Amino acid sequence: MLGYILRRLVGAVLVMLAVATLVFFMIRLVPGDPIAAMLADAGSQEAREAMTRRLGLDQPVIVQFFYWFGNMLQGDLGASIYGSNQPVMKILMEALPKTLSLALISFLIAITIAIPAGIIAATRKNSAADVGVSLFAFLGLSMPDFWLAIILIIVFAANLQWLPAIGYAPLADGFWPWLSHLILPGIAIGTGFSAIIARMIRSSMLEVMQADYMRTAASKGLTQRVVLMRHAFPNALIPVITVIGIAFALLISGAVVVENVFSIKGLGRVLIQGIQNRDYPVVQGAVLLISAFFVLTNLVVDLLYAVIDPRIRYS
Amino acid sequence: MPLLDTQNLTVSLTQDGIETPLVRDVSFSVERGETLAIVGESGSGKSVSSLAIMGLLAKALQIQSGRILFEGRDLRTLDDEALRQMRGRDMSMVFQEPMTSLNPVRSIGSQIIESIEENLGFSRSDARARAIDLLKEVGVADAERRLKQYPHHFSGGMRQRVMIAIALAAEPKLIIADEPTTALDVTIQAQILDLMARICKDHGTALILITHNLGIVARYAQRVNVMYGGRIVESGDARAIYNAPRHPYSEGLLRSVPRLDQDRSIPLKPIQGSPADPFTSISGCRFHPRCPYATHICKQEVPPFTAGVACHFPLTADALESAS
Ligand SMILES: Nc1ncnc2c1ncn2[C@@H]1O[C@H](COP(=O)(O)OP(=O)(O)OP(=O)(O)O)[C@@H](O)[C@H]1O
Ligand SMILES: [Mg+2]
Repeated sequence: MLGYILRRLVGAVLVMLAVATLVFFMIRLVPGDPIAAMLADAGSQEAREAMTRRLGLDQPVIVQFFYWFGNMLQGDLGASIYGSNQPVMKILMEALPKTLSLALISFLIAITIAIPAGIIAATRKNSAADVGVSLFAFLGLSMPDFWLAIILIIVFAANLQWLPAIGYAPLADGFWPWLSHLILPGIAIGTGFSAIIARMIRSSMLEVMQADYMRTAASKGLTQRVVLMRHAFPNALIPVITVIGIAFALLISGAVVVENVFSIKGLGRVLIQGIQNRDYPVVQGAVLLISAFFVLTNLVVDLLYAVIDPRIRYS
Repeated sequence: MPLLDTQNLTVSLTQDGIETPLVRDVSFSVERGETLAIVGESGSGKSVSSLAIMGLLAKALQIQSGRILFEGRDLRTLDDEALRQMRGRDMSMVFQEPMTSLNPVRSIGSQIIESIEENLGFSRSDARARAIDLLKEVGVADAERRLKQYPHHFSGGMRQRVMIAIALAAEPKLIIADEPTTALDVTIQAQILDLMARICKDHGTALILITHNLGIVARYAQRVNVMYGGRIVESGDARAIYNAPRHPYSEGLLRSVPRLDQDRSIPLKPIQGSPADPFTSISGCRFHPRCPYATHICKQEVPPFTAGVACHFPLTADALESAS
């Protein structure tokens, strides 16, 4: 087991190095350059050249790459070439808790909706409840995140004034201030996510409920509830977990858009601003961090498999 | 009063608004501690009858008419909750497929223990101790360690022993074993059947043993019902039917399996044709298209069930002679 985790971690590092390399070159394919973005038309020719030299952008791209790559291996992601020239690491570490908080709340909201919805839809197949869940899933999947986000702001923040419309409060300010800022964006991101999971749980449950061991469980005189929760649901969850792992990607890409609507200075916002400014080091750092997140999620999903399904042994 | 008294049980499948009887007018009873065998080819309605008794019929199947009296109580008048309480406690079931009848992601122990806890109200540690005793009783060695293992660590025969332990967990009065050995190696089959026979004898448990093999029933059962096309076509003392079957179908079943008391050189003779399908209507006796003795009356009239056999021309020594 330990050997397996180690091998997977080595694999994860390789994937991230590949991603880093790819991003380095791809961001440079985007038309426009950072100097133009910063100085606009105002800068003189000298000013432009001075800045280009200072940022090392006069070097051949391949030299820039090895320079950046070498520093990265030592944990130095460089500094923003924009504004106050903050270190990239600092920018990311400020943004990360916000995005992680948002992802966590979205995830909790999503599974809180999806699990009961999926179970009810499966156990009362073709009932009104099942149709309702299908309808909800359809709507949830077809509503764009940002649109739902705006509707939520209009209804719950502007009109009802139940929850703050924008911004973020760190957990250090207290639990409720933190949570209250995350509920609306969490719903905006989590709804589509929950629709996907609810449908997966429904179809997986329907399949498991046909299994012979369900009849065995019923023949022991267990209540319907125990049979469902002890024998059907955990088994139905096994295939769903993969999807949850993959759909975590959706959560992050959802965060990129929704953070902008709610003015939360998370990774998504850092990434978008970085791209707008052609702030190469920031974009590279943000993408690297997001890919690390994916790779880790996948590893956790694979390990979860072994916990929930004893037939799987990693070695 | 018999332990189980099934009277005129008819079970139908409703599909696209059409009702098809799968089990027709089946009546039989089981005394306490007795073993009754139900024998018949695939599709004859053996499983459907037993699932009806257990209250575990699929949604598409309903009991159309008849009564199922368990210790005199009509199970059809009980609500779901009362029926649930009887399962495990009063009657339990061993299924045909040991490979899929256990939950693959739960330990063997938890699957035995949950039945003990639910039905006997034992604490976790008492239930565990009982589960270990049960495993030992069904012949699973090293029970304490095996309790923590999962179904995939067990062979088919061992899983069936676990299924028997589960069925036995709450000391039910009746166990229904639905072809418990069909999926197993021939060498294991006798072991499992011997085990079931011994356990039911030791605990005074009544057993309904469902099987394809009429050749083995005399060894394990006191009485036997032979089913064909959803009906009981012959019923009576297991040894008597084994020695002198009266329904041509019973005779066919016996000729198609090796007999212990018979010369090995006599070739086995499978019954011609395929079993009656509940979805095609057959006039008269449902067995007539396959019956070597069928006459025109067999095609027209359903034979009544009298004196233990549903046949217009039950076999007797004379009939056997005149046929050959
Ligand atoms: N849930 C169901 N839906 C539709 N048809 C069913 C269902 N269960 C059983 N049947 C049909 O009912 C008939 C009797 O089935 P049953 O399972 O009782 O046969 P059996 O005697 O147990 O056969 P086997 O020896 O193969 O187990 C078969 O024709 C089968 O196709
Ligand atoms: Mg069957």
